[in-house]
Amino acid sequence: MAKRVLMKGNIAIGEGAIKANCKAYFGYPITPQNDLTAHMSKRMVELDRVFIQSESEIAAINMVFGAALTGARAMTSSSSPGISLKQEGISYMAGCELPGVILNVQRGGPGLGNISGAQGDYFQATRGGGHGDYRTLVLAPDSVQEMYDLVQEAFDLADKYRNPVVILIDGVLGQMMEPVDLEHDVKKYKLPPKDWILDGCKTREPRSIQSLYMKEGALEEHNWKLHEKYKKMKQDIKCETQHVDDAEIVLVAFGISARVCKSAMQLARKEGIKVGLIRPITLFPFPEEEILKATEHVKKFLVVEMNLGQMVEDVKLIINSKADVHFYGRPGGGLSSQEEIVNEISRIL
Amino acid sequence: MQEEVIIAGFGGQGIMFMGTVLAHAAMQENKSVTFFPSYGAEMRGGTANCMIIMSDEDIGSPVVARPDGIIALNQPSADKFTRRIKEKGLLIVNSSLVTGESGRDDIKKVEVQATKIAEGLGDKRVANMVALGSYIKEVKILKLETLCKSLETLLGEKKKNLVDINIKALKDGYKL
Amino acid sequence: MKKILFKTEALKDTVMSYCPGCGHGVIHRLVAETIDELGIREKTIGIAPVGCAVFAYDYWNFDVTEAAHGRPPAVATGIKRVLPDRVVFTYQGDGDLIAIGTAETIHAANRGENITVIFVNNCVYGMTGGQMAPTTLIGQKTTTTPFGRDEKIAGYPIRVCELLSSLGGVTYLERVAVTDAKNIIKAKRAIKKAFQVQLDKKGFSLVEVLSSCPTDWGLNPQEAIEYIEKNMIPYFPLGVVKDKS
Ligand SMILES: Cc1ncc(C[n+]2csc(CCOP(=O)(O)OP(=O)(O)O)c2C)c(N)n1
Repeated sequence: MAKRVLMKGNIAIGEGAIKANCKAYFGYPITPQNDLTAHMSKRMVELDRVFIQSESEIAAINMVFGAALTGARAMTSSSSPGISLKQEGISYMAGCELPGVILNVQRGGPGLGNISGAQGDYFQATRGGGHGDYRTLVLAPDSVQEMYDLVQEAFDLADKYRNPVVILIDGVLGQMMEPVDLEHDVKKYKLPPKDWILDGCKTREPRSIQSLYMKEGALEEHNWKLHEKYKKMKQDIKCETQHVDDAEIVLVAFGISARVCKSAMQLARKEGIKVGLIRPITLFPFPEEEILKATEHVKKFLVVEMNLGQMVEDVKLIINSKADVHFYGRPGGGLSSQEEIVNEISRIL
Repeated sequence: MQEEVIIAGFGGQGIMFMGTVLAHAAMQENKSVTFFPSYGAEMRGGTANCMIIMSDEDIGSPVVARPDGIIALNQPSADKFTRRIKEKGLLIVNSSLVTGESGRDDIKKVEVQATKIAEGLGDKRVANMVALGSYIKEVKILKLETLCKSLETLLGEKKKNLVDINIKALKDGYKL
Repeated sequence: MKKILFKTEALKDTVMSYCPGCGHGVIHRLVAETIDELGIREKTIGIAPVGCAVFAYDYWNFDVTEAAHGRPPAVATGIKRVLPDRVVFTYQGDGDLIAIGTAETIHAANRGENITVIFVNNCVYGMTGGQMAPTTLIGQKTTTTPFGRDEKIAGYPIRVCELLSSLGGVTYLERVAVTDAKNIIKAKRAIKKAFQVQLDKKGFSLVEVLSSCPTDWGLNPQEAIEYIEKNMIPYFPLGVVKDKS
């Protein structure tokens, strides 16, 4: 067996980013992701890469914008309130088609909320989050190993699509430790050349990076082009399924909620209830096919989230009355227990 | 086989380190393991806890609601967590600091004079390892030897001078 | 015959969209001439602001990026930190630099980012149609100070060079005006110096250029120049404010 190390989720993200050749990290303190900023302040400097503790999350995302437009891999991390501040920059990056990785270690909201893990930012992450008609790719790992792996893929996906990629975890995943295999095989993508960067026009004509399209029809055309790109992202949909084939009810959950659902599934199966699980790993694009396929024989779905119903809307949209869609969630940092979920399953069946 | 434990005490009693040693040793014995700490404002007021799950299968939720075992190094932790222990579960208390009744007759209670034994070894900070030693003896999920190695690894070069006393404390706890 | 007039390579051959008498065109040219004279066109990355200069990438003949309103110093930081041997400058209005972008400005300056800032102070928000700016003079009428700026309501005009001068990371600050030939030559000298400070890796440099906005001031171009001389310069004195190069 490969050598494993015990690692915190937040740190695994940092180490994965470093392995993916992230050249610059910009952050601003906020719980529960401070250990990542602290870790990067040491590691990036040791590696002679760029680390800055910025004056705000707004500045941090704009520093990512600057680093990314030179072709360097860059990232920032924060938690919910700070991610709100980054939305301006994320929208500009989407408009300018700049790659970059943004980690959201979600906490309870709205407002200052609390610092418990939560999943209240699903809408914000999957709908674009800032102003304008755009999307970001959203990845939702559910283990420390997957955090380490997916952050590496996130940089590839950002470069592949020239688009910001959001990694959506929460306080629990960020703070927990699990064994990580640092040599784990990670999917590698075929990447286009970066023939759009600004690094001085020594060997070519000057270039510009912009999201401003004032000529009549130009912005419409640009938005159509972005739209086509978002559609293409479907080729990189990721989803985990467990025991769907014989299931009488399927749980749908992402991130930490999926972990609780896995416990609930084990518990329920011990009691003879045939429970399956679909875990979207890409939240945008959303794994429509997998869910649709399940509706062919499953007539009951239970969506479990740490909010009062966000992803459930996407599930309902896809299922479109082909099966019953139920919801169980707790807001404000409340984490359901496996027993609660099994009770809910029994109530539904 | 799955074992879920909550370790709790004052900040400064080395709660997180205890949990980390346990989780590390579980990893070394090729078990699935999760470690989830209390963090941030939860830590204000001076108490800390961490939840460890060790299993031969994949682990779902890392949050422990109904633990198989509790290791309580101070009174507030014993008060808070004892009622959560599963039936027939295990309560280990640092009886140097925890004097109250557990109020439960359906669990096994082990009293360890952890702080006192640690003071006898010359450093009361190793009370955590005394308690961990007696936990391992009760639960038998990991080899004492593995924990000793994990201690060495985690203390590293910088704290090499602390390895001996920590291992001694662990073994004394185990021998009780 | 000796050729004394050259085409500025760092400027594209296009018509600028600025109003008659606007200072932006002159300042663009001074920046472009400086870049040519220093021979750095091929390693320069400029950052256009949100403001009247938002189209600067259509005018400058080198790499130029857009930045969100007020964020150029942060974007410049990102670029310069990964490409320290390139020349990076921002070009910002008063609203961009010292209203919405105050934090980014102060902290890039304080970190001593080795970048150059060309700060165009026209006492007004030009692009959005003449609202009050942080530098709008007391008594000056704008569309949002219809009775003239009243310090009891809107506070005082900010002197950016003086404000920044106490910061450790700041190397060079000078205030100039593009009013007449003499001042324009001085402005050019200051801009060149600021870029030189960056080339010498000496830290943060900023040149504040007092500039006219005849359209939003409701004056003709000649009156606008007089307005700078009579009203702006007394409040925003010209000269070097800090030089530790
Ligand atoms: C977040 C945001 N708020 C407001 C605006 C609208 N806006 C565009 S330019 C500008 C002010 C420009 O004034 P200044 O920076 O002084 O530059 P000038 O146009 O005078 O050259 C404003 C408020 C914007 N683009 N973005």
